[in-house]
Formats: sequence, structure tokens, C-alpha cells
Amino acid sequence: MKKTFDMENLDCANCASKMETAISKIKGVESAGVNFILQRLTIEAPEEMFPKILKEAQKACRKVDVDCKIIY
Amino acid sequence: MTRSDKRDLISIIVAALLLAVAVLLPFEDPWSSLAAHLVPYIVVGGKVVWKAVRQLFFGRVFDENLLMTIATVGAFLLGENVEAVAVMLFYSVGELFEHIAVGRSRRNIAALMDLRPDVARVVRDEVEVTVSPDEVKTGEVIVVRPGEKIPLDGKIIEGRSSVNTSALTGESLPRDIAEGDMAVSGTVNLSGVLKIRVESEFEQSTVARIIELVSGAASKKSRSEAFITRFSKYYTPAVVISALALALIPSVIVGDVSKWVSRGLVFLVVSCPCALVISVPLSFFSGIGRASRRGILIKGSGYLDGLSRIKTVVFDKTGTLTKGEFEVSGVEAENGIDRVELLSSAASAELYSNHPIARSIVRAAVDEIKKPSQVSEIPGLGIEAEIDGMTVLVGNDRLMREKNIDIKPSGKIGTPVYVARDGKYLGCITVSDSIKEEARGLVAALKKTSVQKTVMLTGDRAEIGEAVARELSVDEAVCALLPEGKVSAIEGFLIPHKISVAFVGDGINDAPVLTRADIGIAMGAMGSDAAIEAADVVLMDDNLAKIPEAISLSRRAMGIVKQNIVFAISVKLCVLALSAFGVTGMWLAIFADVGVAVLAILNAMRA
Repeated sequence: MKKTFDMENLDCANCASKMETAISKIKGVESAGVNFILQRLTIEAPEEMFPKILKEAQKACRKVDVDCKIIY
Repeated sequence: MTRSDKRDLISIIVAALLLAVAVLLPFEDPWSSLAAHLVPYIVVGGKVVWKAVRQLFFGRVFDENLLMTIATVGAFLLGENVEAVAVMLFYSVGELFEHIAVGRSRRNIAALMDLRPDVARVVRDEVEVTVSPDEVKTGEVIVVRPGEKIPLDGKIIEGRSSVNTSALTGESLPRDIAEGDMAVSGTVNLSGVLKIRVESEFEQSTVARIIELVSGAASKKSRSEAFITRFSKYYTPAVVISALALALIPSVIVGDVSKWVSRGLVFLVVSCPCALVISVPLSFFSGIGRASRRGILIKGSGYLDGLSRIKTVVFDKTGTLTKGEFEVSGVEAENGIDRVELLSSAASAELYSNHPIARSIVRAAVDEIKKPSQVSEIPGLGIEAEIDGMTVLVGNDRLMREKNIDIKPSGKIGTPVYVARDGKYLGCITVSDSIKEEARGLVAALKKTSVQKTVMLTGDRAEIGEAVARELSVDEAVCALLPEGKVSAIEGFLIPHKISVAFVGDGINDAPVLTRADIGIAMGAMGSDAAIEAADVVLMDDNLAKIPEAISLSRRAMGIVKQNIVFAISVKLCVLALSAFGVTGMWLAIFADVGVAVLAILNAMRA
């Protein structure tokens, strides 16, 4: 299951790649991508894991940039 | 400029004015001077400091907001009030610039997304209903009025019009389409009402695939981007640690704390790798964006990089260098026989045949074509027809041998078609696949880029293949290949661990070759899913001139990437070295950080 989410306040390209690395390491995530230009997050993971993964992904993003939000 | 950009701009201007006032006012007491400088500092830098504080609570140490805060607070502590405000001011200017530049590229991409059709008028129970394009099913009929975007791929069943394909191909000349033609989603219907039978659902349509492709383009990273990520991973901590060392160690050994702390702060200001981190991906994006406006879709920055390294270009012949359709290229009539008569006899016999060779002969006939009274097709040999009471034979040498007719073998390159009437040989018509006009200057144009060698692959006989290769001055022709043979042929040109070979094909039956080459370029991809899927670079129309264009475009973009990397790193290293010896102060450090970032961004936008 692959899902795409819009992001808000993703302001630096370097942060995007840091978020990508952090989200890829979350348990259950098969692959993750953060597109800086489109401000878009793509996560591939089992359907039932998504609520938990998203919460952790949000936390990971906040760690890199406090203002960054995942919209879901 | 967005609203928040405007707010930032206003606070920068206000802070600059306040700073000017604070500089001009004569303060005797250091505390009132500090207070006067703190006002513009808070106006422009309050946001930065606040973010740095919040960021600290989330546990990330080397954040640029924090660096700026430390550097400026340090400057205040040293009594360098003007420098403190100026650092914050310049930093904000740089940030604003970055925002505007990024916003601009985001909008460029959004403009591409604009291809997405909003609605489709589908005919259901004789009534036109307006629905979202993804609700239309295969086989349904849609109506497209003039001025509307064609929402889905399909075959035109009624109406004729011209369409503007510029959003997909970059080609501004409208294309005429009529009943029976394919309508491609994402193009704009210009003049007439069209009824289209939908052939694929929205998700599979050309436009949906292109949007998907373009939006995915940033995710396949290039080597330069990987380099930057690695570089900044070591660079930032290294500089921060050196800054600490520079501030502390000499202070302890030789004293003069404020001098060394101030040099350490300069280090901190220079430490941010923003110029690199932002400008490199931005250059790639700007290059990919420019290419896509020209109808050249590049699937990722890695492929833009690869395209700039191409040394060998391998072409498929049929459908790529040639039109893929037969045309009469020579007519040799026997003595006493008129060439026009020869052609029209053959055309009359072939009138009802659907064979591509027969169609080309019928097209070429200028004289009257008579209707044959009786026709029998002899599979693999040719046609025997009854015209005006005479028996006309049209076919290959085996047909003529079988009917005991002496022929004069043709010396022309192509497929010979022999014609005989009532047992008498009339002559030979040569049919060949014609070369595309744009193919002629192609090799010369490619050699002006990084390309050193051109190769043509074909399944045709050697004499035909070599003749085409000679005519186009292609360096090497590999002929008589079976479809599987093309993959091993291209493997012969590959250099291990190096990107150097591009393959150009139409994507119809050469998908494996497209995949095997370092860079697969598919042409005429409008409406062909397979090609879009298999290739790394997709040319929306089949204009060969886009190949050298794509290569020069990628070389230009890569040149800009390299300029930015060299420029940013060398300026920063110079300033670091100079400031360690106290030659330069905070001002140059600000330039090294913000100035370089802004210049690199402006440069990136040219890509």
C-alpha cells in the first residue's frame, strides 16, 4: 500500500532528505520519500500500520523542523 | 511572492531603517546602545531566535537558526552590536531569497500539473453529463468542445479539429485530427467539437502518467546530490567543532578571549552549507522543468546527470531514423515502357491490397488507376490481377520465376517489386522506408555535444542498413539483428561502471533495449504507455532534433551544478582560512554565507 501526503512548511532541501532517512527507519515502513519541491511525502507500508507510522513520521519531521506538518 | 514572504520583506526593511537610526545616534552609554540595536534585531530576528529555542526542545543541535542565534548573541556579548544586527539582517535576506526561488520552482512544477483536466463530458443515456475524468470508464463516449482540454485518451468517432499539443510536446504548431485518429489527453481542442470513444481509464492515460512522472522526478537522486548530502553531513559538525576549538584553545593558552571568540563566531556563520544544499537540487529541478516545457521528460536528476555524460548514441533504425512507412524510391522501366504507365499498372493491380508496400505504390501513382476486374493475392509472392482484359503480375522475383518471366534484377537499395503484363516484363519499382528529414543534420548536431560515436541497429538486411547509415553519416551500423539481438548488440557498447551509452527507440518493441542502455530515450511517446514506462528520458513527439537539445540542456544544467559546488565550497574555505588568522571579520562571513547562497540560487535558476 502506497500513500501520498501533502506537507506544510517544508522549507529546506536538506531537512527533506533528513526526514526521508528518519521516516524510512520507522518500523513497518517499506519505503519512504520526501519530495522537497512538491512538499509531498510518500510512504509504502502495510495498510493497518499507517495510523501508527504517520504519528511517528510527524514526530520525526518535527524533530528536523518544528514547523513542518504532515497533512492527513 | 506569498504573503509571508511580503511580511518578511517588510520586517527586513523596517529593521534596516531602525539599524541605520541606531548607528547614526550618538550613544555614550553601552546599555542604551545595546537597547537601540536590540529593537531591529528583534524585528528581523525574533522569528529565528524563537524557532531556535523551540528547535532545541526537539533535540536537534546543529540547526541554522540556532547557529545564527549563537553567533549574534555572541556578537552582542562582545559589544559588536552593529554586526549582530547585520548578520541577522543578511541571514533573513538570504532566507527570503531562498523562499522566493523555491516558490518559483514549485509554481513551475504546479504549472505542469495544470495539464490535469478537471472535468469530462461523458454521454450517458444520450445526455451529456459532466463528471470527474477518473469516473469515466473505457468504452464510454466523451464530448470535447473547442477550447477544452481533452481529458482522456481515445479514438475520435465524430468530428474534426486541430489540437494544441504544446503542453505535452513544446511544439506550438497545432496538429489536425479527424475521425479515426487518436486523441491524446492533455492536449487542447482548438476548433471543432469532438466525440471520442475512451480507450483507457484516467489513471492509465497519457496525462496522468506524465504528471506522475514529473512529480516523481525529484525522487531519483543524482550523484551530485548524494555528494552534497554526504558533504554537509561531515562539513557542518566539523566547522562547528573547529569554531569551538578556535574560540576556546587559543583563549586558554594566550588569553585575549574576546578576539578568539569573535573568530569562532565567524566560523559559525560560515558553517551553514545552505548554498550547496539548496542550489544543487534547485539546478536539477530547474533543468528538468525547462526540459519538460520543451516536451523532453527526464525521469529524475540522476538521468539528467547521465544524459550529460553520453558518449555513444545508439539508434534504432525503423520508426526512429526512418519514418517506418514505405515509399516508392525508384522506378526502372524497360525500354519502350513509360514510367508513369508502369506505376499505374502496378497501382491498379494493388488497388485493393492492404499490404504496406501495395499502399505505397498506390499513393505514388500519378496516372489514372483502373479497377481490376479480378484479383488474386499469392501469399509471399505478390498479386495477379485482370485489368482491361490483360493479366498483370506484381510481386517479388520468386513470383516472376514461377511465371517464367525474365527480369532484370534491380540495383537500387530497398525492396524491389517487379511488374509484368501479359507475360511481358515491364520493369521494377523499388520501395523503401524513407529517412526522416530531421535525421539528416542529426549526427552533426550530436557531435557538437559530448557525443563521440553514433551507432544504428536494425533488423534489416545489411545493404539497406548500411545505405541508411551512410546517408546519415552514422559511424557504425549493426544490421540483420533479431529483436533479441539488439540487447546483446547494445551490451557491446556499454562500458562497465560508467554512464556513456544512450539508446534511442520508439519504445514499441525495444523496451528491453531501452532498459539495458545507460540512458533509454523513447520517442513519439504521446499515447504510448510502454515507452513512458521503459525509458529514462521521454520525448513526447518524434522530433529527433530534441535529442541533441536534451543533451546540451543537461550539460548546461550539470555545468551550473558544478559551478555552484566549486564556487560555494571554495568561497567558504577561503573565508574560513582567512578568519582563522583574523584577516577578515564578520562582514565577509555574512557574505560567505548569505551572498554565496543567493548567488548560487540565482545561478541555479538559469539551469
